Amino acid sequence: MAHGAGGKASRRLVEGLFAPLLFGTNSEPLTDAARVAVNGAQVAITTDSFVVNPLTFPGGSIGELAVNGTINDLAVSGARPEAIVVTFVLEAGLSTTVLEAEVRAMGEAARRAGVRVAGGDTKVVEHGKADRMYVTTTGLGTPLHGVSIDPHSVQLGDKVLLSGPIGDHGITILLARGDLDLEADLRSDTRSVFPLVEAMLQVAAPGIRWMRDPTRGGVATSLNELARDCGRAVHLKEDELPVRDAVRGACELLGLDPLHIANEGQFLSVVSPDYADVALNALHQTPGGEEACMIGEIHEEPAAAVLVTTLYGGSRIVDMLVGDPLPRIC
Amino acid sequence: MKFVDEFRDAGVINKTADEIRRLADPARHYRFMEVCGGHTHAIYRFGLKDILPDNIELIHGPGCPVCVLPMGRIDDGLALAKDPAVIFTAFGDMMRVPGTQGSPLEHKARGMDVRIVYSPSDALKLARLNPDRHVMFFAIGFETTAPSTALTLLRAKTEGIHNFSVFCNHVTIIPAIRAILDSPDMRLDAFIGPGHVSTVIGCRPYEWIAKDEHKPIAVSGFEPLDILQAIVMVLRQMKAGEAKVENQYKRVVPWEGNRAALRAMGEVFQLRPYFEWRGLGFISQSALRIRDSFAEWDSEQRFQVPGVRVTDPKAAQCGEVLKGVLKPAQCKLFGKECTPEHPTGALMVSSEGSCAAYYNYEHRKATVASLSWPA
Amino acid sequence: MCLAIPGKIIEVPVEGATQATVEVVGVRRKVDLGLLTENMPVLGDWVLIHVGFAMSKISEQDALDQMNTLRMLGEAEQAMEEVRGYGVEQE
Repeated sequence: MAHGAGGKASRRLVEGLFAPLLFGTNSEPLTDAARVAVNGAQVAITTDSFVVNPLTFPGGSIGELAVNGTINDLAVSGARPEAIVVTFVLEAGLSTTVLEAEVRAMGEAARRAGVRVAGGDTKVVEHGKADRMYVTTTGLGTPLHGVSIDPHSVQLGDKVLLSGPIGDHGITILLARGDLDLEADLRSDTRSVFPLVEAMLQVAAPGIRWMRDPTRGGVATSLNELARDCGRAVHLKEDELPVRDAVRGACELLGLDPLHIANEGQFLSVVSPDYADVALNALHQTPGGEEACMIGEIHEEPAAAVLVTTLYGGSRIVDMLVGDPLPRIC
Repeated sequence: MKFVDEFRDAGVINKTADEIRRLADPARHYRFMEVCGGHTHAIYRFGLKDILPDNIELIHGPGCPVCVLPMGRIDDGLALAKDPAVIFTAFGDMMRVPGTQGSPLEHKARGMDVRIVYSPSDALKLARLNPDRHVMFFAIGFETTAPSTALTLLRAKTEGIHNFSVFCNHVTIIPAIRAILDSPDMRLDAFIGPGHVSTVIGCRPYEWIAKDEHKPIAVSGFEPLDILQAIVMVLRQMKAGEAKVENQYKRVVPWEGNRAALRAMGEVFQLRPYFEWRGLGFISQSALRIRDSFAEWDSEQRFQVPGVRVTDPKAAQCGEVLKGVLKPAQCKLFGKECTPEHPTGALMVSSEGSCAAYYNYEHRKATVASLSWPA
Repeated sequence: MCLAIPGKIIEVPVEGATQATVEVVGVRRKVDLGLLTENMPVLGDWVLIHVGFAMSKISEQDALDQMNTLRMLGEAEQAMEEVRGYGVEQE
């Protein structure tokens, strides 16, 4: 069960089982989208499954998550999203109103992003065999010219950029489940980040070393993956991390760290120092990128780890998530 | 966040750290024990060790209610919930604690109805909403949490909610501190007292530490400035050759404690003659059980508890780490057989356990020369 | 045992009940005031919340006093250093 939460358990499943048996590799860093040569042309391809409870929540629903999630994987791999195909696994007894609402939401999200839904499939399983609805999306994209995403290209002194506030999605879902009886004016941040990525690449492509969308497992997990892949240290400045008040309040109340909470509409990038300002500026000038900021830097030590530092000189390691973020009282 | 952000102000933190450096005698090595798991967590989370001088050592005490719970008690709780009519509820802290057959979360994956609650009152609410199920609440915590369980049981009785029971594992802090001080391998100079337990028990219960053991104690809050100020207080006492109880956390801790909370506890609980603490052994009068007048709401009296004792693997040195004799990294299993992902001992399971805190926040930090230190 | 957060009472209990609504930077939850019956908080008061129960009323005055004490740390020492600098102190 911990395997789907993102973080260490998921990673081990993918790296230890899928990679050697299916992908034919277990030594290269895993990326958000793969490159495949089709008739001499390079195509980016990615796939993702969406399991969320509840199906709808403030700010969106499973349908939008599915479309935006796949678009974002393509975007952060340096590709323009072109088309997606969708499969639904539906639990018998699911109301057609619910299904229709999700299909509409997907269509709307795809239209907004300028991406074509090229086809799909549906299966219905017995009641109790699926948690109402599981959605899988596979996306195709065109790799953008002059863009090379490679953790090995990360250098000391490179800057870490973040597109906006963290933790909105994960906390919204946690509150929407209702078990904790907490209420807040929060919405999921689900959206396509492609317009932001494109704007940044237009002016700073040669300086972009790496990008990732910090979904399950949060910023901490994505940056730990980077640190591991490039062997360097990621130093984050605690006071620079953008966190909305309500997310902060919920995290303090529940003993959670915003760095471990899922995001569905943000992306991280590592940019060389000479392009960092121009990249940040491009994000600020693009609708939706106003809250982008520089949150850290690449250092030597501690190798392959993420370190959060405070203004008064304190620091702590932030590790990948182990399973789901659990509220605590101690 | 009001009453939080002010106590994380970098400028004032630097000033307070300077004062600590001024007060600490460079020829001395100070050993201060912070009793509460919440302090352990705060110290690591805020990186406070980085700004303290090297001759001040913070020892993590046994104030982690998850860590000191013997594995057998987790097995007992899970056994009670085997019946599909039972809903097993507990705080998030308990969910990954391993019993001999797995943790509550692992039991959930195998089909048991296991739910996280934020409050014991949420568990009672579940009982109201599910009249044909029995809701069992696995209660843990020191005196901070016990009053809330007590109040919940009082409400259950008043409202006549019969499909609810509590499996009580509440423990008390003073016997644990005594056990530490009685330990022959202990050498401590002063205590950072547990601030939130003290909102209930007040500051009086610590007077023997100052009077009989001659150790200064400052009851401390949990923000960086609270902990640093508490350290200033005990350093000043030591410099003046004093040993007394001071209340650093005045804004929240009443010297006399919370009478209503203590009354509720007295009505519902009584002390067990003895209780086993993982890593510390059996300690008398150190844990709470539910009174016979509330027998119907006591999982142990209502159901059959297996009561099997599970001893820890000999190689696990939880006891020595709990007592502050060993540092987490000095345990032979640390980082190898015992990690937060697959914990052998409970100090690795709870995020406030010394081993987990050290593992998660600290042990990979090499001397980071690139950080800029306050002047 | 220790995670407790300050929250502001934004809605008081209905007659006879002990549940009040508390807010922590925009997050709201019903909190039980049953442990504060000897010193019931009112609308606008700040309380310390632990597992959905209010444990204590927070004294704004004590919080201010604490911050003032800490802010003044080192000022007495600084004054002494200035005096030494004037060469007034005896060797």
